[in-house]
Amino acid sequence: MAEIAIRNAGKTYGKTRIMQDVSLVINNGEFVVILGPSGCGKSTLLRMIAGLEDITDGEIAIGGQVVNRLEPRERGCAMVFQNYALYPHMTVAENIGYALKVAGMPKADRLAKVAATAQSVGLTEFLDRKPGQLSGGQRQRVAMARAIIREPKVFLFDEPLSNLDAKLRVQMRHEIRRIHNQISATSVFVTHDQHEGMTLADRLVVMNKGTIEQIGTPEEVYDRPASVYVAGFIGSPAMNFLPGRVTDSRSAVVLDDGQTIPLVSAIKPAAGQMVQIGLRPEKLTLAPLGGGALAARFEFAEELGSGRLYHLKIEDVPVSVMAAEKHSFVEGQTIGLRFPNDAVHVFDGASGLRLDLHHAPAAALVSA
Amino acid sequence: MIERTPILNFLTHVILLIGLALVIFPIWLAFVAATHDLRAVNTAPVELLPGPHLWANMKEAWALSDFGPKFVNTLIVAIGVVVGKVTLACITAFSLVFFNYRGRMLIFWLIFITLMLPLEVRIVPTYAVAANALSPFQVMLDASGLNGLIETLSGIRVALEWNLLNSYTGMILPLVATATGTFLYRQFFLTVPDELVEAARMDGAGPLRFLWDTLIPLSKTNIAALATIMFVYAWNQYLWPLLIITDRANYGMVVVQLSDLVPDQFSTGGGTPTWHLAMAATLMVMLPPIAIVIFMQRWFVRGLINTDK
Repeated sequence: MAEIAIRNAGKTYGKTRIMQDVSLVINNGEFVVILGPSGCGKSTLLRMIAGLEDITDGEIAIGGQVVNRLEPRERGCAMVFQNYALYPHMTVAENIGYALKVAGMPKADRLAKVAATAQSVGLTEFLDRKPGQLSGGQRQRVAMARAIIREPKVFLFDEPLSNLDAKLRVQMRHEIRRIHNQISATSVFVTHDQHEGMTLADRLVVMNKGTIEQIGTPEEVYDRPASVYVAGFIGSPAMNFLPGRVTDSRSAVVLDDGQTIPLVSAIKPAAGQMVQIGLRPEKLTLAPLGGGALAARFEFAEELGSGRLYHLKIEDVPVSVMAAEKHSFVEGQTIGLRFPNDAVHVFDGASGLRLDLHHAPAAALVSA
Repeated sequence: MIERTPILNFLTHVILLIGLALVIFPIWLAFVAATHDLRAVNTAPVELLPGPHLWANMKEAWALSDFGPKFVNTLIVAIGVVVGKVTLACITAFSLVFFNYRGRMLIFWLIFITLMLPLEVRIVPTYAVAANALSPFQVMLDASGLNGLIETLSGIRVALEWNLLNSYTGMILPLVATATGTFLYRQFFLTVPDELVEAARMDGAGPLRFLWDTLIPLSKTNIAALATIMFVYAWNQYLWPLLIITDRANYGMVVVQLSDLVPDQFSTGGGTPTWHLAMAATLMVMLPPIAIVIFMQRWFVRGLINTDK
C-alpha cells in the first residue's frame, strides 16, 4: 500500500524559489499525471518524490512514512527517465536485472525474474543486445522493464514518451496504462503533452510556475477549468477568451463591442465586474446571424480533414471554431456563432480564477 | 566529407611518406648499427644495410649492462606508476565531478596547476621531499613550537624521517603525482549524463558501486590511453632515477643504464666507440614500450578521440 502525501512542499535553489506550497494526496493504485509547460516545476516535484532533489520545505510521505531524509533506494520508487538512462555497457538483461544484482539477489533467481519481466514487455529476443543496438521504442521498454522488475510501490515517469515518434507514443501510452493496471502500483507521470495527460490519468494535476493550478479528473479539468491558465492549457485547439463586463442585472456579460452573452443562474458575479468569457472552439457552432447569435468576422479557415478550424474575430479578439461542416466564407464576412448556455466559462478578469469554482467537486478531491 | 581531388591526394601522400622516412631513418640506422661489429660500425661511409652480428651484439650489451635485473626494476616502477596513476586519477576525478563539497573547485585548480609544473621543473624540492618524505611535517612541528613543547615535557625530541631515496616508492610516487590523468578522467566524467547517475541511485547503487559498475567500464578506453602514456613515460624516465638512485646495482633503471653504454669521453675514456653495443641495447630498451603501444593501440586511440557513437 503506497499512498503519496505531499504536504506544503516547496523548493528553493539558493535564493530562487521555484516551487511553493504544493499539497497533493495520491491514492494507492492511482494513476496521476502532472501536467504543465516546461519550467513549471513538475519534473522537480517528481524528483522530490523520487529523492533525487532535496525537499526544502514541507514534507512528502510515501505509504505513511515521511521520506524527506531517505535515500532514493529506501523509498521504494522506480523511475523511468526521459532519455531512458540505460547503462550503455550492459546488455538488456543486465540493465533490467541491475537493481536486483545491487540488492544481492542470487543469480539464478535474478535471471528467472529478468526473463519473466522481459517477456511481459516483449523483449525476450533482445536480452543479449546492448542498448545502442535497440530502437527508441525498445529502449523505452527496457527502461520500463528495469522499473517493473523491482516491484516498486511507486512508479515515477519523467516525460518518458517525449523522444518517441507520434505512432509509437500512442502505442507506449497504452502499454504504460496496461502495465499500471497489471502491477497495481501508484503511478505518477509527468508530461507537458495534454493528450498524454488526458488519456492516461485517473486524476490530472495542472501546474504553473511552481504551484498547483488544479487537481481533478481529466473530465473535470476539461469541463470546469479552475482558472484561465488551465482553461487555455487544456483542450486543443485552445479555448477562446472574450473580455467583458458584467451587466448591472448580473445576468449577462457585455463584450467590448457591445454584444451580450447571457449567464446561467449558477454564476453570480458582482455587477460591473470585469470578466473573461471562455468558449471552447468545439462547443461553438456556425449559424446565420440574428436570434441571439454572436456576430464575428471571418478571417480564414484551416482544413483538418474531419472538419475545419475557422478563425474569426470579434472586434480584435481572435475566436476559433471547430466544425464538421465545410463552408466557403469570404474574408471579412460576418458570421453568427451559437453555443449552449452551459458551455460558457466565466473567469475573473483580474485573478483569472473561475467564478463558480466553489461548486466544483475538484476542491473536495484535494484532501481525499 | 567526401572530396575528389586526386592531385591533392597524391601530394598529401607524398608529404606523409617524406615525414615517415624522416621518422623511420634514424631507427633504421640504429638497427643497422646494432647488426655490425665494432669495426664495421666505425667505418665511413655509414653502412645502410644490416650485417650478421645482431644476436651477438644484443647478448654482449645485455651482459655488459646487467639488463636482466634492470628490466625487472623498470617494469616494477612502470607498472607501479601505471596502476597508481590510473587509480589515483580515477578516484580524484570521481570525487571532483560527482560530489559537492566545499573547496571542490579550489582542489581542482590546485591539481590543475601541477600540470604547469612538471617533475623536471620542481626537481630540487621534490628531491628534498624524497630524501625525507616527512620533512614538511617536521617543519610544521618545529615552526609551531610544538616540538619544543614536547621536548620540555617528555625529554624526547621528535625527528620524523622517511627516506625514499634508493627505493621503488621513491621512483614511483613523484611520477604518479601529476594532474594529466585526473584531467583526462574529469573531462570524460563530465560527459556522463546526469540521468545515468540518477538511474543508478534509483537502482540502489551507492557511489562506489556506481564507480565500479558503471563509470569504470565506461571509461575503459580512457584507462587504456592513460595506462599506455604513463607506461611509456615511466619507462623512459632518465633524470629522476639518475638523481635518486645511487644504489645502481639494486635499483638501476634501463634508460640510465643505456646511457652508460653510449660512448662519450667519460665512459670510454676516449677509447673504443662501441656504437654497435649502444644501438643493440637501444633496440632492446625500446621493445617494451613499443609492444605496449601496439597492444593497446586500438583501445587508446578510441580513448583519446573520445567519441560516444
